[in-house]
Amino acid sequence: MKTMKALWRLLNPTAIGQLGVTLGALLATQLAMAVNNLPGGPAVNQLDLHPPVTEIAADQRWLHYFMLWVCTIIFLGVFGVMFYSIFKHRKSKGAKAANFHESTTVEIIWTIVPFVIVILMALPATKVVVAMKDTSAADLTIKTTGMQWKWGYEYLKGEGEGIGFVSTIDAAQREASDSGKPAPVDDYLLKVDNPMVVPVGKKVRIITTATDVIHSFAINSFGIKQDAIPGFVRDTWFTATKIGDYHGQCQELCGKEHAYMPIHVKVVSAAAYTEWVDGKKKAMAALADDPNKVWALPDMIARGEKVYAANCAACHQANGKGGGPIKALDGDPIVLDADHAKQIKVLLNGQNNGAMPSWRQLSDTELAAVATYTKNNWSNKTGQVVQPTEVTAARN
Amino acid sequence: MSAVIHSPGQAHAHDHAHAGDHDHGTPHGWRRWLYATNHKDIGTMYLLFSFTMFMVGGVLALAIRAELFQPGLQFVNPQLFNQLTTMHGLIMVFGAIMPAFVGFANWMIPLQIGAADMAFARMNNFSFWLLIPAALMLVGSFFMPGGAPAAGWTLYAPLTLQMGPSMDAGIFAMHIMGASSIMGSINIIVTVLNMRAPGMTLMKMPLFCWTWLITAYLLIAVMPVLAGAITMTLTDRHFGTSFFNPAGGGDPVMYQHIFWFFGHPEVYIMILPAFGIVSAIIPAFSRKRLFGYTSMVYATSSIAILSFMVWAHHMFTTGMPVTGQLFFMYATMLIAVPTGVKVFNWIATMWRGSMSFETPMLFAVGFLFVFTMGGFTGLILAMAPIDIQLQDTYYVVAHFHYVLVAGSLYAMFAGFYYWAPKWTGVMYNETRGKWHFWLSLVFFNVTFFPMHFLGLAGMPRRYADYPMQFADFNMLASIGAFGFGLTQVWFFFFIVLPCMRGKGEPAPQQPWDGAEGLEWEVPSPAPFHTFETPPHLNASATKIILAPAGAH
Repeated sequence: MKTMKALWRLLNPTAIGQLGVTLGALLATQLAMAVNNLPGGPAVNQLDLHPPVTEIAADQRWLHYFMLWVCTIIFLGVFGVMFYSIFKHRKSKGAKAANFHESTTVEIIWTIVPFVIVILMALPATKVVVAMKDTSAADLTIKTTGMQWKWGYEYLKGEGEGIGFVSTIDAAQREASDSGKPAPVDDYLLKVDNPMVVPVGKKVRIITTATDVIHSFAINSFGIKQDAIPGFVRDTWFTATKIGDYHGQCQELCGKEHAYMPIHVKVVSAAAYTEWVDGKKKAMAALADDPNKVWALPDMIARGEKVYAANCAACHQANGKGGGPIKALDGDPIVLDADHAKQIKVLLNGQNNGAMPSWRQLSDTELAAVATYTKNNWSNKTGQVVQPTEVTAARN
Repeated sequence: MSAVIHSPGQAHAHDHAHAGDHDHGTPHGWRRWLYATNHKDIGTMYLLFSFTMFMVGGVLALAIRAELFQPGLQFVNPQLFNQLTTMHGLIMVFGAIMPAFVGFANWMIPLQIGAADMAFARMNNFSFWLLIPAALMLVGSFFMPGGAPAAGWTLYAPLTLQMGPSMDAGIFAMHIMGASSIMGSINIIVTVLNMRAPGMTLMKMPLFCWTWLITAYLLIAVMPVLAGAITMTLTDRHFGTSFFNPAGGGDPVMYQHIFWFFGHPEVYIMILPAFGIVSAIIPAFSRKRLFGYTSMVYATSSIAILSFMVWAHHMFTTGMPVTGQLFFMYATMLIAVPTGVKVFNWIATMWRGSMSFETPMLFAVGFLFVFTMGGFTGLILAMAPIDIQLQDTYYVVAHFHYVLVAGSLYAMFAGFYYWAPKWTGVMYNETRGKWHFWLSLVFFNVTFFPMHFLGLAGMPRRYADYPMQFADFNMLASIGAFGFGLTQVWFFFFIVLPCMRGKGEPAPQQPWDGAEGLEWEVPSPAPFHTFETPPHLNASATKIILAPAGAH
């Protein structure tokens, strides 16, 4: 009795009202942030799969509805019987227990019927599996490399062959996450510096691999998800039917910054794609460094600072102190060593089982620049310049 | 000579004097627990240990949910977040659910088959006490340099190769827990096969003993596989091997194959004993015999066999050939058939019964209803094309919490309420039990139902921060999680503890008028020693018909 009263006190209307107000206020603050649906990305409080932009995604969505309906109907049927029984066959309503406890006929029926249902479910799924795995006859092949914690895209075959770049989360968004009070932007954690660009209506084959740990390349609207596995290549494909921006995120736990390596694919018209390819090629040519150029210290430091910010700061921190298992570069003997080969070796090959990954994908100039930068920043004041030719020599 | 009092190298004459006659009541003090060979004491220790781990794992879960309450990082950094998710999984699976079922097995199997104790009493003691250093090492890894393992409870290579020294502690802890499980399983198999009372044939055995017998075989089959996988991880980390390290020509996907060859049967290890508990409770409160006992046994065995053939459905996104995807999709969907048979049998047991809804029955029906939802999402996930969308999203998180929390955990709550009168000799407070059920049910669904939507919308699991569009459902899930957690704390202090202190109405020998089985043939609380001489059983092996002559 006492407990009942105590519970009743807890449950009196005023208390419930107060709880409701608090919850309401919490939800209201959320709504007040006024986030909108992100086309090609998640919608606010989305209840369903993304609107499909490929045939496969449309098939998956159909299959999901189909399964949802079949399961719901079975669920309602089975538990309809159970709840009927619960309300009817109660001791308190004077129900007397019957005495049956087996029936071979019934048991055979309810083994065979689910078996048949399962086969009927598997048939349409089989067709989609076969279609999903058919990566042949692609118009464009892009190699996607998962790295801690960014994506590298290389256009291997088709229009745009030879283009390659790295795609990283927008640095401001990453900082906003750390601040604990991110501003309500629609593409929060989904904005990247260099999106992958593909033409509409063309079959794009994605080859995945990784340099360090397993990542997963996924875009919901396309209905694709393919793990990127170090040391191995796998593939998947999509043919986007609508122009637009489509977003995905890494889907396999890959370490500390797992939540911060989004994927952004821009689907453009054939003409716009050609234009993008031209622009990209020109920009790459302009950016390409002469690997034999001899650099002066201040230029090399300035260049290295950018490379460091884009690639190294995520772990080693802007202050070069690292943290936890991540080594500090500030004052590190390898960094300070007059023998440049030691640091170059670490940059090229990584160490500690890939905890420090290999950075072979960066150019000789970039690696030389970042080595120079670390040798001459924070308390490291060696005055040494590492030249691209040194990296070239070590690479081979 | 009894091992209860005697300890090697400690030959007190006084102890020896008593060690000879083990019938002199219960041993006292810390020796009773440290040297325990009594299945009831060991069962109690297992249950208390697992509840402690359940609380530790729960605190980690709440830390996760606090961080995910709103977008942005407020409490933990991403590295610590990964440690929390990893340790929550490891602790709940290896520290809470598995030992809890062994606790139930220790208490109930000898009582249900009319055996005096478990077959290997000292090994039983050892398999419990091994858990303590393992748990200390696992939980203590948080305080090692670099923090706890953060590679997910699945410990996928090559991420595990980047972990700090705590990874090794985690691996050793799991080795020890695996050894403990294997010893526990050997004990259960030998007890069930060799120590049944005369007349208790296999096909008359309570289903809980059957499901545990099958589970024990699963454990013996797959725990060594896990040990192999993590040992290879260990040698990759320290001794220059390259089983899974691609830098040396190893194959990270091979790790996943080996892990899930363990991992999928493991899923059934965590649910089959739950089926057994529910199969005892539903007939008891329907006052009607279990429908289709034989088909229940066959269904359980089929599930166990099929569980070895479906592992790669956890790996559809690794990129398998078409035939591989199709085979594992078909095999997985096939499991729906025996599982369906079980659900139908339970409902047929309720049909035209004379039901009442005390707390054990509430949890059993709650189990049936909510677990089946997890079963259906499992069927949906089994479809490879849909799985491509949902793999590694919150949909999967929702799915396995529906089967592990609403499945395994609810069944254990049901089992607690059903058997606690036998264990403690007092009745739990029925009103509080009902509150516990309804609060758990509501908060569980508030927590995990929105996760289906998050997963469909593509929110990946193991994310410390998420796009703004997912904010409302995450907030809702966090509120539910705190409610669920607090309910369980309340359950311990206001239901479990009073029972353990003997507060409450004295329980009769047979508190449930519809329950059958030998555990209800002994007084409440069950005396320290039961069935010291084999009982004589009636034809259905549910009652003792003749007081065994010469019992002391």
